[in-house]
Amino acid sequence: MNAVVLSPVDLAIAAALIVLLAALSLRLRLGVERQLLVSAARTTVQLLLIALVLKVLFEHAHLHWVALMAAVMILAAGREVSARQKHRLAGWWGYGIGTASMFLSSFTVTVLALLAVIGNDPWYAPQYAIPLLGMVLGNTMNGIALGLDRLTLDAVQRRAVIEARLALGERWQQAIAESRHEAMRVGLIPIINAMAAAGIVSLPGMMTGQILAGAPPLEAAKYQILVMFLIAGGTGLGTLVAVSLAARRLFDERHRLRPERVGSRP
Amino acid sequence: MPVLELDALATRHVGPLDLRIDAGECVCLQGPSGSGKSLLLRALADLDPHAGEVRLDGVACSAMPAPQWRRRVVLVAAESQWWHARVGAHFPPGFDPAQLSAVDLPPAALDWEVVRCSTGERQRLALLRALALQPAALLLDEPTGNLDAGSCAAVEALIAAYRHAHAAAVLWVSHDARQAARVAQRCLTLHDGRFMAGVPAAEAPA
Repeated sequence: MNAVVLSPVDLAIAAALIVLLAALSLRLRLGVERQLLVSAARTTVQLLLIALVLKVLFEHAHLHWVALMAAVMILAAGREVSARQKHRLAGWWGYGIGTASMFLSSFTVTVLALLAVIGNDPWYAPQYAIPLLGMVLGNTMNGIALGLDRLTLDAVQRRAVIEARLALGERWQQAIAESRHEAMRVGLIPIINAMAAAGIVSLPGMMTGQILAGAPPLEAAKYQILVMFLIAGGTGLGTLVAVSLAARRLFDERHRLRPERVGSRP
Repeated sequence: MPVLELDALATRHVGPLDLRIDAGECVCLQGPSGSGKSLLLRALADLDPHAGEVRLDGVACSAMPAPQWRRRVVLVAAESQWWHARVGAHFPPGFDPAQLSAVDLPPAALDWEVVRCSTGERQRLALLRALALQPAALLLDEPTGNLDAGSCAAVEALIAAYRHAHAAAVLWVSHDARQAARVAQRCLTLHDGRFMAGVPAAEAPA
């Protein structure tokens, strides 16, 4: 069973939907037609470009090229995490904590899956390594961004309570405990919900893709389960690490809350 | 005997300040809004970064873990904060409910929900919560700010009794000159972060 190869005409038909939507937006004065067309164009260009990059990468499957690609993905995800936060740690900390915890969790989880579960030869075969890392990273990024945003927002809003607890001799770990738990929970909820709804409400994108590409549904489901667990592991670990590091950074060595370390974006 | 000493203490626009509060002494701190009274108290509780040194009984603040310092030198903020649903959860285990009568509250107040307490009730409870730590020095930021005359007298009596029983050093921020004369042995005025001449409380204008 082979997948139906899409021709440019096929894609053009789908693109007509976007044009129709843009025309409607213009007609109804929604004002999103420009954004819509630009992002549709970005999707086209970015996906085709990454396909070219992957094609080259697959032909030159050396560890250092795969590692370079992975590094670029992690740095981009780190930038995204820091860009999504309304209140973020000032200086390099906001970027550094998100990127470091993503590196720790996503890398570990992906490498574990490649070595222990998939067991390809070589283990870093980019056909497996890059898509897996991409999926784990994309979700971990979400969890970390949500968790960090919640933590810093909470620290700013509940400053008086945290300081009152410190003033009664609590250690910083106690004074921030509720906010930290809440931030970790918030970071984990999307993946928990996604796992609960998978297959009932929605067919996950990866499984859909595999089925469209001609894979037997049961094989596709098994891969999807693997990926879901990897994503949950990566997101969970990443969020726990990022929120813990950020909570530590909110206080100094004298257990003082340092709200000036959180910068609000204009 | 817990003596509280400030040695060139400076924080933001406050100080450097030198001050010695003897064991069992109450010093009243006055001064216009923005003069740095609350900032000074926060620095004394080591809640804000500061230069200079504070010593309790000769032991420097920086020589002690911060949480331990804050249980010895307790700040009672002007606005009390609560984070558990019920009042009692904020008190250390083994707290004797009978002590609530000292601020005209029934022992059952420990079971009250915090959201149902009035501002004045919370303020009195916050003081008891701080005293339950058995601090050696008390930093009080307008502890009777939201109280009627009766409760105010009860709080003043409670603090005086604690000060005598524990020989505690007390720094009391008050806007009320008559209260200052009642509770303090000395009165200091903070102006733009500096002390103006100290007036004995008894001679302060009523």
